[in-house]
Amino acid sequence: MYAIEVSGLRKAYGSLEAVRGVDFTIDEGEVFGLLGPNGAGKTTTVEILEGYRRRDGGEVRVLGSDPERPGPDFRERIGVVLQQSELWPNLTVREIHAIFAGYYRAPRDVDEVVALVGLQEKANARVKSLSGGQKRRLDLGIALVGDPDLVFLDEPTTGFDPAARRAAWEMIRSLRSLGKTVLLTTHYLDEAEQLSDRVAVLREGRIVRIGTPAELTSTNLQTEIRYRRNGDEVVMQTDEPTRVLAELTSAAVARGEELDGLQVRRPSLEEVYLALTAEEEAEAEAEA
Amino acid sequence: MSTEAVRVGTGRRSRGLLVHQLRSEQLVFWRSREAAFFIFAFPLLLFVLLGSVYHGKIYGVRAPQALLAGLIGYGCANTAFAGLAIQLVLRRENGILKRLRSTPLPPALYIVALLVSTLIVFALQTVALFLLGRALYGTPFPSAVGSLAAAIVIGAAVFAALGTATASAIRSAEGSSAVVNFILLPMAFLSGAFGPTLHYPAFLRAIGDVLPLKYFIQLVNAVYLRGHGVWTQPQALAVLAVWAAGGLIFTIFRFGWEPRER
Repeated sequence: MYAIEVSGLRKAYGSLEAVRGVDFTIDEGEVFGLLGPNGAGKTTTVEILEGYRRRDGGEVRVLGSDPERPGPDFRERIGVVLQQSELWPNLTVREIHAIFAGYYRAPRDVDEVVALVGLQEKANARVKSLSGGQKRRLDLGIALVGDPDLVFLDEPTTGFDPAARRAAWEMIRSLRSLGKTVLLTTHYLDEAEQLSDRVAVLREGRIVRIGTPAELTSTNLQTEIRYRRNGDEVVMQTDEPTRVLAELTSAAVARGEELDGLQVRRPSLEEVYLALTAEEEAEAEAEA
Repeated sequence: MSTEAVRVGTGRRSRGLLVHQLRSEQLVFWRSREAAFFIFAFPLLLFVLLGSVYHGKIYGVRAPQALLAGLIGYGCANTAFAGLAIQLVLRRENGILKRLRSTPLPPALYIVALLVSTLIVFALQTVALFLLGRALYGTPFPSAVGSLAAAIVIGAAVFAALGTATASAIRSAEGSSAVVNFILLPMAFLSGAFGPTLHYPAFLRAIGDVLPLKYFIQLVNAVYLRGHGVWTQPQALAVLAVWAAGGLIFTIFRFGWEPRER
């Protein structure tokens, strides 16, 4: 059973085509990352799935509903963390959780959720006294307080310092252990790689690559071999790393040399991503 | 479950949600010192100041009583128009309205709770004005209580419609309170909320003649100063109805749940 099914999704704002035919499915219990630069169509896609925007074309099912005509339980079963929102500054963390809990038929226990997002020590603190990272955790808390099956996280760690990002990642991993389906957008490659079961790379409104982080990094790009010869760095790109490496090392052994600083590296997701981006740009230039 | 049972269950749930949301709105309002001061207490403060300045008779009654009626008018515009408009713009621009849209809380129920919450604040303010007037200036309590209650509900509804319309027209949170006060204060002055306008220049009075607040104050004057029923003022009610309809129509076409600033 799919939590989300999207096919041929299109959306334009005036003459700007934000989403140009996107297809993907997300399994129940899966953490799915939508990765792309600003303006790639991530937020538009997510907001169509959340029911905020109408699509121009294509088919969308979210928890079995069309979000444009959601069933009565649709909003009971989703949790949304928006890219930016600022809640009532004078209420406390617990009060805001309690307000949102009251909207759902079967909410989770408020104190349990406050603890889950690591705000138990701030439960009685007013929102205006929270740090940026703590406010984002509050956002996540109120998205979870209705005990949703599906959680949308739109750029959950943008603007975080490294420690706060690690903490947020731990929290998102804990969603997986709760059995939630998670749709996450990010423009951080390491975030997509660390958290997602599968990643779709979005570029100018199209999915240019989709798969597990391992699949994405194993395809397409060549393996890189580096070493130093007479103090100069030698870099080789190859599709046959085993053969090239064997030749290189046996030749060195035959000469009785050591290959200084020898490294064999698979491309990181970042390099795959940059390569995909460069392809698109080359195509765009060719068209122009 | 039968359809009937579902309907009853839904009705009970809506009532529960409404009560929950009303409590939440009241908590949000009173917790904010700025809102509680500028929206609730400021008209009371003005009443105390003006009451100590004006003496003698206005409209054939003692000055404090006439001022009290005017400040009920100012309080109404301040609470239901200015306060509501500023709160709505802030909530929209902060993403609170958008955030609420993703929850099972029905939008209509949210609006109803917000309006009832605003009415509660204005009603409490009116009671406080009467208590204050009695204590400081010996003003009488209203004789036509039913008509006064009706006038308060009508005023709150009219100015809330104008408040939501203004919130729909304002594009950003920054400066929204300046814009709203730029409308509110001249309107209150020209409508006679701070004292009679009989000696104003004719062109200022002509502007006042088309403003809704003038007619609301006229309604309150009739009920509180002369003990008339609210229905004895068909002309004032008609003008208020036109303003309310205009505000409502503008709101329906232009109101948005999402931040305008990007």
